Amino acid sequence: MAAWLLRGLREGVVTTRYPRRPDDYGESFRAAVSVVPSAASPSDARLADLCPTGAISVETDRVLLDRGRCVVCGRCVTAAPDRFKFESGPEVASVRRAALVVPKAGEEGVDLDGLREGLRTQVKAFRRSVHVRHVDAGSDGSEEWEVSALLNPVYDVQRLGIYFTASPRHADILLVTGAGSIGMLDPLRTTYDAMPDPKVVVAAGTDATSGGLVHPSYATAGGVAAAVPVDVWVPGSPPSPFSLLQGLILAMQVLSGEAVGR
Amino acid sequence: MSAAPPTVRLAPDELAGAVGERVAGGRRFAGLVASGDDAGSTILRAFIAGGPSFEVVETELPAGVSEYPSLTPSVPAASWYEREIHDLYGITPAGHPRLDPLVLPLAGTDRAHPRPGSSTAVGQLTLDRSPLPAHVTGEGLFTIPYGPVRSGVFESVEYLVESYGEDIPHLRTRVYYKHRGIERRFSDLRIRDGVLLAERVEGTASVAHAVAFCQAVESLTGVDPTPAADLVRVVHLELERVACHLDSVIRHTEGSGQAVAYARMSLHKERLMRLRARLCGHRFGRGVAVPGGVSGPLLLEPADALAGIEALEEAIAKDMAVLMQTPSFLDRLRSTGTLPSDVAEIHGALGPVGRGSGVVNDVREDRPYGGYRLLGVDVAEPEPAGDALARQRVRLEEISSSFSLVRRALDELSASRAEPTWCRDMPEADGLGVGWVEAPQGELLYLVEVRRGRIIRTAPRTASFHNLALMPQAFRGDILTDFVFIEASFGLSMAGVAR
Repeated sequence: MAAWLLRGLREGVVTTRYPRRPDDYGESFRAAVSVVPSAASPSDARLADLCPTGAISVETDRVLLDRGRCVVCGRCVTAAPDRFKFESGPEVASVRRAALVVPKAGEEGVDLDGLREGLRTQVKAFRRSVHVRHVDAGSDGSEEWEVSALLNPVYDVQRLGIYFTASPRHADILLVTGAGSIGMLDPLRTTYDAMPDPKVVVAAGTDATSGGLVHPSYATAGGVAAAVPVDVWVPGSPPSPFSLLQGLILAMQVLSGEAVGR
Repeated sequence: MSAAPPTVRLAPDELAGAVGERVAGGRRFAGLVASGDDAGSTILRAFIAGGPSFEVVETELPAGVSEYPSLTPSVPAASWYEREIHDLYGITPAGHPRLDPLVLPLAGTDRAHPRPGSSTAVGQLTLDRSPLPAHVTGEGLFTIPYGPVRSGVFESVEYLVESYGEDIPHLRTRVYYKHRGIERRFSDLRIRDGVLLAERVEGTASVAHAVAFCQAVESLTGVDPTPAADLVRVVHLELERVACHLDSVIRHTEGSGQAVAYARMSLHKERLMRLRARLCGHRFGRGVAVPGGVSGPLLLEPADALAGIEALEEAIAKDMAVLMQTPSFLDRLRSTGTLPSDVAEIHGALGPVGRGSGVVNDVREDRPYGGYRLLGVDVAEPEPAGDALARQRVRLEEISSSFSLVRRALDELSASRAEPTWCRDMPEADGLGVGWVEAPQGELLYLVEVRRGRIIRTAPRTASFHNLALMPQAFRGDILTDFVFIEASFGLSMAGVAR
């Protein structure tokens, strides 16, 4: 026992200070793809063919990318680096599905500073703890690793008052992974119904948002919204622990009635 | 890469005899996959391990024929494969002892079958609430359904524990909840999109799946990756193995309440995932393998990568040494979940599950491919005890041999002076290719059929699927509280089972 204690102490503090402070690794992680603002005419329909999941659409005056469908394979970034680029930083989750389509109408960028200030004050203000129930609705298995990573000493979500629970009766947040396999829709709905109000649903990952590469399929519903009402969307294939953490903080905002229209 | 596998074609009623003869002769049954076409005929292919490739024993069931003599009575390991084919193709193996649905629900069997390989219309699955009937009957016996929603962050699966309290005389698994119809989804994809989907069949073994898929495609064209590209693949494959094995250890420490060990091992895993991301831009190594090689060089200089790997290796080894002397940890694993050697041998158990019961089937050694032909492999010594502790020991040895392979691969990469070709041009080639990789869970086989640049059929045969059928056999004399250790020590991915 003493041997273990010493080993733990010798390591020092390894925990990130996100969201109070930016995190170097979180900032450098390729979390999403963005459309590069360009003066050139975008009406090149071949850009849409680059994407294996149909996330890119070309309109007469602009190119749109739906992060809810994007699996961040980077094929468009490699083929057309003047049109697409990787976006770093954890802040990719949204409380509106439509907001995952970038660039948003009328704006090319996102007010990241404002968003981060919101996250910081939110965490400071949040005195109550929240309990999270995870359900896998047809994931590829990698999402579960990233969700579990939130409990490791680096992310240590307990420091923010976030706890994982086995019982839906204790849960405030339902964190759902996977493309929405037909077999899991019923158990997922049952879990949701067993949770007390108020409750918030987080769709964790591109698969949970749209079915990703797995959809269309005779055995999936193309995302978990088929079974439960989703409040927070976290893109990524799989989403990084930082993106999941930001999604959970957004869910806390929704719970406390402070959801920003992002 | 190897040429097309040696193939024997037989009449449907000769298949069971031919496969049974080979297995009786000491060769290993490695799987059975089906492939349908639009005209309604179905080809069944049994893979037999032995020699430098896998022998394929196949038979064609013409349209209208939906029955053939079952392999299972003479080759019990074929049982799950035949159940799955029955689900997906509506083909009945006559004489199969227990043809319960496996990947599809119990109800609604009247819908059109998915028949991967064909492009005919498929009936959308429907919700199903029917319970499986109990198998064991007797006074005081009851069934505990455990899942599909689990108590913790786990993949969904339902275990049906038939018990009279603590002992578990019988266990069944129901995997259909996670069935995503992946094999049918491969149909008609372009090859480069197929790689992306392969990475998502079993997401924790993304690199292994991508490489096995690519090797199957490469075997069609006859174009091998350059040695440098092969070495980059080895680096990612072996780091993926370490990550999966660490995950199994983490679940053991969590289950046995070793809070500090749990925190330490989770920290090591996080650092490893970050190192993997620094090497390729993705924490799970996605996007690395492409047909013809790899998408690019390692993103770290070999010296920097080596420094990171050596630091990690040392930290893990030190903590593992303490863990393997912590009695409260060892007590939970010792004599828990014993899989008898003879059962493992007959079934052809794969990966750490097989090795933990004294059965060594390592495709890196038996049928070397890619960078392993250059580097060689020190396959972990078998641990004949068959319990969770033996499987844990095997994993620890594999972690150290994986690190050693990564170091050697990095040495070779830094020794080459000229800028190598990372990806060779692939000519278009039609046909049926087979690729194999020793994934973290064990031998992974890919069958890929291509026509005019499009995928006709992709059948990933995962070690998770093959080994999960063995799990009930490991419950002899174990009680409910041992469950977590048996499951974690098998280290399987349900995504790879249900697909």
